[in-house]
Amino acid sequence: MWDYTDKVLDHFRNPRNVGLIENPDGIGEVGSMACGDALKLTFKLDEKKRIVDVKFKTFGCASAIASSSALTEMIKGMTIEQAEKVTNQDIANYLGGLPEQKMHCSVMGREALEMAIANYRTGKTGKKILAGKVVCTCFGVTEEEIERVVRDNNLTTVEQVTNYCKAGGGCGNCKNDIVQIIERIRKERESKSASTQKPAKLTVLQKVKLIEETLDREIRPMLKRDGGDIELIDISGSRVIVSFRGMCAGCQAAPSTIKDVVEAKLREFVSKDLVVEEDKS
Amino acid sequence: MKNVYLDNNATTQVAPEVIDAIIPFFKELWGNPSSMHYFGGQVKKYIDTAREQVADLINAEPSEIVFTSCGTEGDNMAIRGTAEALGKNRKIITTRVEHPAVLGPCRHLKEQGHEVIELGVDSSGQLDLTEFRKVLGKGPNIVSIMWANNETGVMFPIPEIAAMVKEQGGVLHTDAVQIVGKIPIDVRKTPVDMLALSGHKLHAPKGIGALYIRKGTKVNTFLIGGHQENGRRGGTENVPYIVGLGQACVLAKKFLQDETTNVAKLRDRLEAGILASCPSTTVNGDRVHRLPNTTNISFQYIEGEAILYHLSDIGVAASSGSACTSGSLEPSHVIRAMGVPFTSAHGSTRFSLSRYNTAEEIEYVIEKIPAIVKRLRDLSPFV
Repeated sequence: MWDYTDKVLDHFRNPRNVGLIENPDGIGEVGSMACGDALKLTFKLDEKKRIVDVKFKTFGCASAIASSSALTEMIKGMTIEQAEKVTNQDIANYLGGLPEQKMHCSVMGREALEMAIANYRTGKTGKKILAGKVVCTCFGVTEEEIERVVRDNNLTTVEQVTNYCKAGGGCGNCKNDIVQIIERIRKERESKSASTQKPAKLTVLQKVKLIEETLDREIRPMLKRDGGDIELIDISGSRVIVSFRGMCAGCQAAPSTIKDVVEAKLREFVSKDLVVEEDKS
Repeated sequence: MKNVYLDNNATTQVAPEVIDAIIPFFKELWGNPSSMHYFGGQVKKYIDTAREQVADLINAEPSEIVFTSCGTEGDNMAIRGTAEALGKNRKIITTRVEHPAVLGPCRHLKEQGHEVIELGVDSSGQLDLTEFRKVLGKGPNIVSIMWANNETGVMFPIPEIAAMVKEQGGVLHTDAVQIVGKIPIDVRKTPVDMLALSGHKLHAPKGIGALYIRKGTKVNTFLIGGHQENGRRGGTENVPYIVGLGQACVLAKKFLQDETTNVAKLRDRLEAGILASCPSTTVNGDRVHRLPNTTNISFQYIEGEAILYHLSDIGVAASSGSACTSGSLEPSHVIRAMGVPFTSAHGSTRFSLSRYNTAEEIEYVIEKIPAIVKRLRDLSPFV
């Protein structure tokens, strides 16, 4: 048996807000019989645009039913703006957690809610308001959906992506595409964290640390592939003195590597006014 | 709350008589049968007796029985041991609905360069014997086909298959884990070369099984080591469980009649009761050529795991081929191979009985199921 929390079992055994609202203000439908789970969510707003009533119908396992039931309890009384901030992690947290392989149940809840809100705003119905390139053809999962679960849940492996949105769980042909999406988002996240960590005015110590980090992350791996390395010798104001090691020492391309790679990267991640020079002593 | 155990194809309760037979081999008779002293030596005869008891259930010679640790080991030994003995470039023919214990080794051999053919089944879960004959071909090819399916109970025509394989000079292994003890098996009449059985499917403990190897069949040793099992499987014998398996086979033979009469009657009553009280419900697989204890029922528009949890809440243990119960995302490979539509596949539920079930238990399940099905259908967006 799965390691379900008491709250999951309670919502499964006694699901709240079961049914469909007639003439709803928003309706969202996700999943299908083929996928093994499906959720139909309807809500009604009051005059203050708050969700005054919400009902669901779910085909699926115990955690799919529990996630849907939990979602309805969570969003009752919320404004549309509040409801659209609900993430799949919020649903899982509300239930005291879900087994990793069942996280896709919480994602199904978030997706249905998103579609119901989109339906309220645009009047459009249909299963794929969120269109886009389909990556996993077995379960009909789009690139956008994969990106979303990777971002929302900080996923780093294909297995996790499969657990969260099923992509890659059928024939497995799309696993390479998923790896690339994860890789792309990882890079974005890293460069973003590097740039957000950068304070407006760096102290000397902060600057040294940041330069070392940037050399480590952005430059060394590249040089090491060619059997070389780089070392930070000194910093004087905006002047950064470095020295090449191994195959890079005495390399004819060293001057351009200094300008086009080292300086460019340090300017991107540390400070725009840096000038990099090679230590000739 | 009642406890109604209807998951006997997963595992069975150990028979009290088997437990009684095992205990002395933990308490007093714990010697090593290979030892050159009375203490170990006195144990050996019990292994001999157990070997006779297992052989007797399938009408084999005791020398044709090798004790294993489980059904999976028997299947691996048979398939990989034969492939190794026969050398490269052998065709291996199996079916898409085999247990992973057979599909796993076959696919492993495929990666190693053997040609492996997986035969499909029709919507009733049956093989097309004309197609089988076509792919079989002449020569010492290896065929591994289960005698009865664990999920649906559907029985393959092993006697016909065995005759065809013999005629073409092939080697036939059958995974008989589900059928032994439920239907009379006679390896003298049905010329299979190897047959794997498992203790815990017939009221012996988990951790013991046997492989029947017909005299003269070439199988390479799998567990290389000591002289035990006539050099066919090294390792000190699991004496208590071997004795337990022997005792379980004695009981199985005694109650064989019971399986095809009483157990079959209870299964039929359960099946009819469910079909009558729950609309949009179908039985998966051939209902004629089927184990007497198994029924696989699809409840349309609802999902298997949810059914199992509700059943468990009222004390009923069953199993499902739905995606969610396995932790994978697709319904069972058996149900998919039969082409069961998705509307039914995710709600497939297996009830497998044993001689320990009672009519009262079956009536309890029949009485309770409609409310569970209705509850889940009220929740389903497809109803």
